[in-house]
Amino acid sequence: MIRYITRRILQAIPLLFIISVVFFVLLRNMGDPLATMGGRSMTRASDRERLARQLGLDKPILLQYVYWLIGNDWAKVDLDGDGVAESSGTRQGVLRGDFGTSLVNRGVPVVQVIWDRLPNTLILMVPSEILIILLSLIVGVYSALRQYSLLDNAVTTLSFVGYSMPIFFIALLSMYIFAVNFKRWGLPYLPTVGMFDPQVGKTFSQVALHMVLPVFSLSFISLAGYSRYIRGTMLEVLSQDYIRTAKAKGLPRRDIVLVHALKNASLPIVTVVGLDLPTLLAGAIVTERIFAWPGMGRLFLDHLSRGDAPVVMGILMMVSFAVVAFQLITDVTYAWLDPRIRYE
Amino acid sequence: MSQSLSLSPRAAPLPLDELEAPPLSLRTLTWRRFRRHKMALGGIVVLVLLFVYAFGGSLFYSEAYANFTETGVRLQAPSAVHPFGTDTIGRDIFARTIFGGQISLIIGLTAVVLETIVGILIGAAAGYYGGRLDSLLMRFTEAVFTIPQIFLLLVMAKYFSGRVPNITLYNRTYSGSVVVIIVIIGLTSWPYLARIVRAEFLSIKENEFILAARATGTSPSQIIFGHILPNSVAPIVVSATLGVANAILSEAYISFLGLGVQPPTATWGNMLEGAYNYIATAPWLWVFPGSLIVLTVLSTNFVGDGLRDALDPRSRTI
Repeated sequence: MIRYITRRILQAIPLLFIISVVFFVLLRNMGDPLATMGGRSMTRASDRERLARQLGLDKPILLQYVYWLIGNDWAKVDLDGDGVAESSGTRQGVLRGDFGTSLVNRGVPVVQVIWDRLPNTLILMVPSEILIILLSLIVGVYSALRQYSLLDNAVTTLSFVGYSMPIFFIALLSMYIFAVNFKRWGLPYLPTVGMFDPQVGKTFSQVALHMVLPVFSLSFISLAGYSRYIRGTMLEVLSQDYIRTAKAKGLPRRDIVLVHALKNASLPIVTVVGLDLPTLLAGAIVTERIFAWPGMGRLFLDHLSRGDAPVVMGILMMVSFAVVAFQLITDVTYAWLDPRIRYE
Repeated sequence: MSQSLSLSPRAAPLPLDELEAPPLSLRTLTWRRFRRHKMALGGIVVLVLLFVYAFGGSLFYSEAYANFTETGVRLQAPSAVHPFGTDTIGRDIFARTIFGGQISLIIGLTAVVLETIVGILIGAAAGYYGGRLDSLLMRFTEAVFTIPQIFLLLVMAKYFSGRVPNITLYNRTYSGSVVVIIVIIGLTSWPYLARIVRAEFLSIKENEFILAARATGTSPSQIIFGHILPNSVAPIVVSATLGVANAILSEAYISFLGLGVQPPTATWGNMLEGAYNYIATAPWLWVFPGSLIVLTVLSTNFVGDGLRDALDPRSRTI
């Protein structure tokens, strides 16, 4: 097991390396970082040159990548432009946790910029994931026990609809129904934008209230698919011999379903949860945009559109790392839960 | 035909011509299995109607009309003159869904053609040659697969934005961003297909007829494209069909976020951009294009599902 994990981690290194090279090249050739940083005021050529030197943009792209990766505090850089590299660099490099500083928020470390927004995204994603798992377990088990019933068929159809529906459409639809029309009909309605009402302040109940619609949209997309998946594994387990044995020895039906069947059927769910992370992250980008939620997705969009390469690069690497890590965790958890699986 | 097929073993001996009837072709077999799938048939009907809507509609409206702005009639509710209402700068939404539909459908189809070509080439090379080339290509595939597609799409859309000039084809001008979107969707969605093709190649190349082909000196390209590829067409067709749905969704996502196809060229996706600002006052801005996207993607998914059942019954996962 240890050997397997080690090998997987070693495999992840070239993977993340390729990803970082591709994104680095794309982002270095995108927009004008100096214009982003200097704004309109900086028109003098000498200013541009000085700033380019400070940011290290005058170096060849290969060297820029090396500095990004392992920092430049071991090398001498030429800051005043006299052709003599005299001062030592200040950057520590990604490998030591330094993603550089944001261009838009001048001088603020990228890690800080992302760190400020990360909790906001997590409080959307974690409840959504919990909601998805709980509801899909209930619906999935129910439709497996009552195969081809009305609810079962409804879930089958809905799973296709949910899978086919862009998340912005369900978000707009839910806003229209639960915020706009509920208000029109005089019912208690939900807020649509932001994280809290500025007049009330960032209280727990405010944030919870503002979370309802984004979390609903995020869950809806995946919910039907998950239920369908649980239904499938549940049906498979229910036809096993040990279920028949349990029935034969007269166990109550509830025990059979909840203990013997569900425990085994819920194993594959681990895989789905682990591998569904990219979908959830993608959903977060769109959801945060629509609901004006100040999370990572909006941070990514805002800074991408303004060409803030360090921040965008930081988010991309963090996302890629999270996906790789989750894949590994998924595989390991699966092996740990299911003793039949042995990794070489 | 189907009558004679359903004979049970104990029925009267078959007439001679039935016995000598040639075996059913793959196409006939597939069609027989496919038409049992009612949802898939329905999906085909809806798709045909959508194509008629998008391409036939241009007989009644001109593109100039679809792009004609008249701020005096902005944000008007659906009426007899404007069946789907007007948008924020007074363009007719009905005409725009027609021309936007053309672009969205074209993007969906051509992006998948590109995706399939790249996926087949990479998967075939990896699966057929194996060894170092295989592990190199698969590492690369894994890298593209790891990054959530939407991030890759957004970065590439931003990278290419404004770099491709407008294109004039058959007296119509297309925004260069259409080409950009097609290319980036094609270039980011192939990993899944490449993996399928590689797996097919790995198993098929072990067959005796490949050994025979090699022994008789058939060139590798002839073996790959003439002998192995035709035998692995079923999963490719299924994956490509589902790919169309995915491509249309991807276009909608990036255009919705404002990095996709640039106005005045309409697509169902970019018609939705900014519509959330008018959620209460002008729901027709997003209801019509949004529903058309859902309808198209849903029908394509049904067709893909039906094709999977018909062509490749073993691969059913859920």
